[in-house]
Amino acid sequence: MQAFTRTTGRVAVIDRPDIDTDQVIPKQFLKRIERTGWGEFLFWDWRLDEDGNPRPDFELNQPAFADAKILLAGRNFGCGSSREHAPWSLQGYGFEALIAPSFADIFRSNCMKVGLVPIELPEDDVRALIDAVDNENGSEMTVDLQEQTITEPGGSVFEFSFDAFRKHCLLNGLDDIALTLQHEDAITAYEKANPGRIDTLALTGAS
Amino acid sequence: MAKTLFDRVWERHVVREEPGEPALIYIDLHLLHEVTSPQAFEGLRLADRRVRRPDRSIATMDHNVPTDGGPVTDPLAKAQLDALDANCPAFGVPLYATGSGREGIVHVIGPELGLTRPGITIVCGDSHTSTHGAFGALAFGIGTSEVEHVLATQCLQQGRPETMRMHFDGELLPGVTAKDCILGAIGQIGVAGGTGHVIEYTGDVIEGFTMEQRMTVCNMSIEAGARAGMIAPDDTTFAYLEGRPASPTGDEWEAALDEWRQLRTDPDAEFATDVVVNVEDLVPQVTWGTNPGMVAPVTANVPDPADVEDAEERLSIERALDYMGLEPGMAVRDIAIDRVFIGSCTNSRIEDLRAAASVVKGHKVASSVHAMVVPGSVVIKRQAESEGLDKLFVEAGFEWREAGCSMCLGMNPDILQPGERSASTSNRNFEGRQGRGGRTHLVSPEMAAAAAVAGHFVDVRELSYESVG
Ligand code: SF4
Repeated sequence: MQAFTRTTGRVAVIDRPDIDTDQVIPKQFLKRIERTGWGEFLFWDWRLDEDGNPRPDFELNQPAFADAKILLAGRNFGCGSSREHAPWSLQGYGFEALIAPSFADIFRSNCMKVGLVPIELPEDDVRALIDAVDNENGSEMTVDLQEQTITEPGGSVFEFSFDAFRKHCLLNGLDDIALTLQHEDAITAYEKANPGRIDTLALTGAS
Repeated sequence: MAKTLFDRVWERHVVREEPGEPALIYIDLHLLHEVTSPQAFEGLRLADRRVRRPDRSIATMDHNVPTDGGPVTDPLAKAQLDALDANCPAFGVPLYATGSGREGIVHVIGPELGLTRPGITIVCGDSHTSTHGAFGALAFGIGTSEVEHVLATQCLQQGRPETMRMHFDGELLPGVTAKDCILGAIGQIGVAGGTGHVIEYTGDVIEGFTMEQRMTVCNMSIEAGARAGMIAPDDTTFAYLEGRPASPTGDEWEAALDEWRQLRTDPDAEFATDVVVNVEDLVPQVTWGTNPGMVAPVTANVPDPADVEDAEERLSIERALDYMGLEPGMAVRDIAIDRVFIGSCTNSRIEDLRAAASVVKGHKVASSVHAMVVPGSVVIKRQAESEGLDKLFVEAGFEWREAGCSMCLGMNPDILQPGERSASTSNRNFEGRQGRGGRTHLVSPEMAAAAAVAGHFVDVRELSYESVG
């Protein structure tokens, strides 16, 4: 996983609640079997019209939000489908951190696994950050995971809380599987103590 | 200390727990399909890792498969199905591929095979894994990184979720279904109302539900934002499981029953959140907007943003009505539809098909409507055909299709055209879900069948029909 400590960059705002992952990455692209190259499909149906031309009214098409690294969005961001293609697409498009009043559970977990940092702030703080963005010329903010702070263009600093374990993993870019495999003995012991009755190989005649 | 059903299942599966870290929990059953697995297998390959427990894993093909009986013509869909076809044998994972005779929607075949059972943990790279909680399993959706993690370790790192009890209070009116209960509940608590929670559904209504109905309820837990939904197993559960291909037999069955009967919430156990949904006066539900919480009784009108005080909510409603092409305040019954889809992991099981067939029997699909039925699995398709349901549907003017996810999300050729409007028994009415520019209204199988005949939404309780099957 990609490590993350801090980033300073352009902010984009999509001030809508309940943005679902079907919008973040529409299903027609989910047939790709690659792990990379997802950025160009982000918000496809919202970003582009039927002929493939940018929709001038969609937030990410505003010049002030071009090349953004930080996304500010409404509550319950990432609801719906568990598709990890959603964080892959956000990351591929250039986002490194997301800020919203809340995220859907699976989406938040998926973000952490790929090094895209989902930050929850109280609704009022998110509102203050959105208000601090210059929608004409664009604005930059700094997200610092080590310090757990966001610095808005005027210099005000917002603190956020973050799960200590996930922070440690993100700061160090740790591989979850390698971490778990350090406890292989515990897994084996569990399996010995709980043999279970499910055997898909026997069912399918594959064994 | 008094425990909930969730506590019991969770605690049995903790492999390791250290303060300040997520628990490591053991996964008893890992379900896979073609869309969310290729990058996970690739990850294993790159790291030179193997699948730890192929005997606890099973894959099927469902999302991309065409339902017209023809070959896969979309090259990307074919490549993805081929990848699963190659990855499974390469890693020793059993696969029910198209043509195996046991394939179908992943959340339909798990229970049908008897793999889904009380007290186990189940994951799948698919959010509707919550379906399996109907058996008293702890079942939830995961992303592709976690799919890879489970393949490699048979475990997951998980923070312990909160518990919620959702109690359905009262009895249902005739013609009101499990789908209406869960849609009504989501309308009440909202699409983020269950975030961070595992919901246990309780009440006489739930206890009286068949397994198919319980699966419909648990299936849509994720649409309330919940991690999972669960229902305590009982004799209905055991009767459903007895004799299934993977179910235990003989002494093992008896031992399993003894164990499963323990899986209950203690009377004095406490939940982090308690919700009561009054279903006494519940009316068949129809979604009017672009998420499952935007729902209204069929007897009501769609909202008028002018009546809404909260600015954010008003904007959401305006946006949704605009996308859906609806007039503010219009009667739900005046919404005319172009397509009907009966299928998906929410409502494609044999009872759903019987219920829909009962309503259409002796009627014709309106000339303005294109309607299709997509059974959840090949086993269900065969069962329905043996009961003659296919003939009832075809005579009424429905298309009778092969099993798969189909128009639930339109990854295969079954999609809505821009502006087309569907009455759908699936679970998501997000923008473009069934095809770019398509407009989806979620309803029960009975309501979808009635809408197919009328050409617009009608209150199914006003029709007289007899149950078939
Ligand atoms: S039927 Fe629909 S919701 Fe269910 S698994 Fe298939 S695509 Fe997902």
